[in-house]
Amino acid sequence: MAYPAQYRYTKEHEWIDLKGDVATVGITDYAQHELGDVVFVELPKVGSKTVAGKSFGTVESVKAVSEIYSPVAGEVIEVNNALQDAPEKINTDPHGAAWLIRIRVANPAEIASLMDAAAYEAYIADKTKEASA
Amino acid sequence: MRYLPKSPVERQEMLAAIGAKSVDELFSSIPDRYRLREALKLPGPLSEAEVIQYFKERAAENSVGYTSFLGAGVYNHLRSVVTDAILQRGEFLTSYTPYQAEITQGTLQAIFEFQTLMCQLTGQEVANASMYDGSTATTEAVLMAERLTGRRRVLVAHSVHPEYRDVLKTYAKNSGLLVEEVPYAADGRLDTKALRAALKEDVAAVVAQSPNFFGVIEPVAALADIAHGTGAMLVVAVAEAVSLGAVRPPAEADIVAMEAQSFGLAPSYGGPFAGVIASRDKYVRQMPGRLAGQTTDTEGRRGFVLTLATREQHIRREKATSNICTNQALCALAATVHLTLLGKEGLREMAQQNISKAHFALAELLKIPSVRRAFDAPFFNEFTIKLPRSVKLVNAQLLREKIVGPFVLGTAYPELTKHALVCVTETTTRSEIERFARALKQALDQPV
Repeated sequence: MAYPAQYRYTKEHEWIDLKGDVATVGITDYAQHELGDVVFVELPKVGSKTVAGKSFGTVESVKAVSEIYSPVAGEVIEVNNALQDAPEKINTDPHGAAWLIRIRVANPAEIASLMDAAAYEAYIADKTKEASA
Repeated sequence: MRYLPKSPVERQEMLAAIGAKSVDELFSSIPDRYRLREALKLPGPLSEAEVIQYFKERAAENSVGYTSFLGAGVYNHLRSVVTDAILQRGEFLTSYTPYQAEITQGTLQAIFEFQTLMCQLTGQEVANASMYDGSTATTEAVLMAERLTGRRRVLVAHSVHPEYRDVLKTYAKNSGLLVEEVPYAADGRLDTKALRAALKEDVAAVVAQSPNFFGVIEPVAALADIAHGTGAMLVVAVAEAVSLGAVRPPAEADIVAMEAQSFGLAPSYGGPFAGVIASRDKYVRQMPGRLAGQTTDTEGRRGFVLTLATREQHIRREKATSNICTNQALCALAATVHLTLLGKEGLREMAQQNISKAHFALAELLKIPSVRRAFDAPFFNEFTIKLPRSVKLVNAQLLREKIVGPFVLGTAYPELTKHALVCVTETTTRSEIERFARALKQALDQPV
C-alpha cells in the first residue's frame, strides 16, 4: 500500500495529515500489518488533550494490544466512532476510512520534525531488513 | 507442562550456551551483600516412611470434636468427597496455567463452566476465574472502576470486611487512589445519608459488601441508584457466596467481587481460596485476568479456548489491566464441582438452612437476659450481638467447652467492644446451637 505523500509519519507508525490547524491521525499500513486482525479500538473523548509522544488510545488485535501515540500536541475535536463497530477497517483502509482522531493542533510547525513518506518508507525498509536478518 | 530437574551435565550445557562459566557467575550482578553464601537451613531428606510418620503426627495435632460459631469471611460448609476425588486427579492437580487450548480442554471447560455459574449467581454478564480471593477481587473491581470513570476517589463502606479494606488501602497507598470510608447506620446497613453527603462528581466507585461484615444484607438496588446519580460505579463484594442461594443477586451492581470459598473449599489455614470478578459485557476489556471461551473447531465440534488475554502482563507488561492476578483454576474447579453436585435446588436449600439455623440461634441466645441484638436489619447466616462483658474472655471459657466462639468485633471495630459476630451454617446442628447458648449463659453467669 502506498504511503500518501502529503502525510507525515512517526517512528511509532502513526500518520498525520495536517490541513490548516486541524490534523487527522491514524496508524500506518505497516503498523496494521504488524498487528494482524484488529478487533477493538480505544479512542479518547472529544475535548481531551493530546501530548506529542504520549499515548491517546489503544488498538487491539487478536494477538496484542498496542498504544497509539500522538504525533503532536493539541485538542481532540473528533473521533472516528465508525471504528467501534468496524475495527477491521484499520486493516483494509488504514490511511483513509480508518482514521482515528482529529486534533486541533497547538503548534502546526511541530510536524516539521516528523518523517515524510520517503523517509518513512526507508525507515520501515530498514525495520523489515532487521527482522529478516 | 512438566517441571523436570536438570542434571549437572545439562546445567553445564545451558551455562555454555549462554556463555557463563558457573551458576555463581550468572548471579554476579546481584550485590554481594544480598547474596546467600551458606546453604539453606533445611532439614535433610526423609524416607517415604518418615514422611508418612511426619504427617500423621501433624494431623494428630488437629483439634477434633469442636463446634465453631466463627465466620467473618471464612465459612464452614458441607463438602462432598466427590469434589476432592476430582481435584486429586493429576490432570487437574498438577497442570499449569492453561495457555495451550490443544492440550487443556478439560481445564478450560471447567473454567468456562465456573464463569457461567458465577454469572448466573451474581446476575452479571461476564465473570472470570483470575482472582486470588475476595479481597483482591474487591480491589481489582475498584481499579476497574477507576480506569472506566477516570476518577480517583473511592467510597468504601466501613461495614466491608476489614481485611478487604486493608488490601484495598495497600494497593491504593502508592497509586494515588483516595480511599474514604462511609459509616454504617444504627441498623448495621450502610448509612445512605452519609453516602449521599460524601458522593461527589469525582467518585469512581462506591464499595459495599452484602451480606456485610456484620452479617446484614445491604439494599443493593438502592445503593446502585445513589452511586449512579453522580456517575460513580457500584462495586458489591460478596464474602459469603452461599447467600446467593437465597438473597437476590446483586444484579444492579456494575462490578461484583466475590469470595467463592464457601463453594467446596475447606477453610484450611485461610486459603487458598477463589476470588471472582463479574461485571457487564461492555466493561470486559477493563477486567483483570483472562476469560475462557467456548467456540467450535475446524470440524464444527465444541471446544474451549483462552480469550481476551491480550491485556495480561505477559503481553502488556506494566500496562496490563492487572499485574497481581493469576488463574485460580484448581480452586475454581472445586467450586464448579461443588455447585454442580448441589444443583439449583440444593444450593437454595443449603442457603435456606443457613437462614433458619442462624435465626434459631439468635432467638436462643436472646433468651439470655443480658444478651442484646446489635443491628436490626435482615441478615443471612451471621448476626451481631452485644454481651455484658469482654467477648475474648467469654470465648476463652467457650473453648474449654470445645466451642470455637464468635468473632471478636472489637478487634476490627474499636467502637464495638463487647460485640460478637456469630456465624451459624447448615453444618451446625440444633443441639450444638442449644449447647452453645447454655455455655454462653454459663460463661456470662460466672462472677468476673
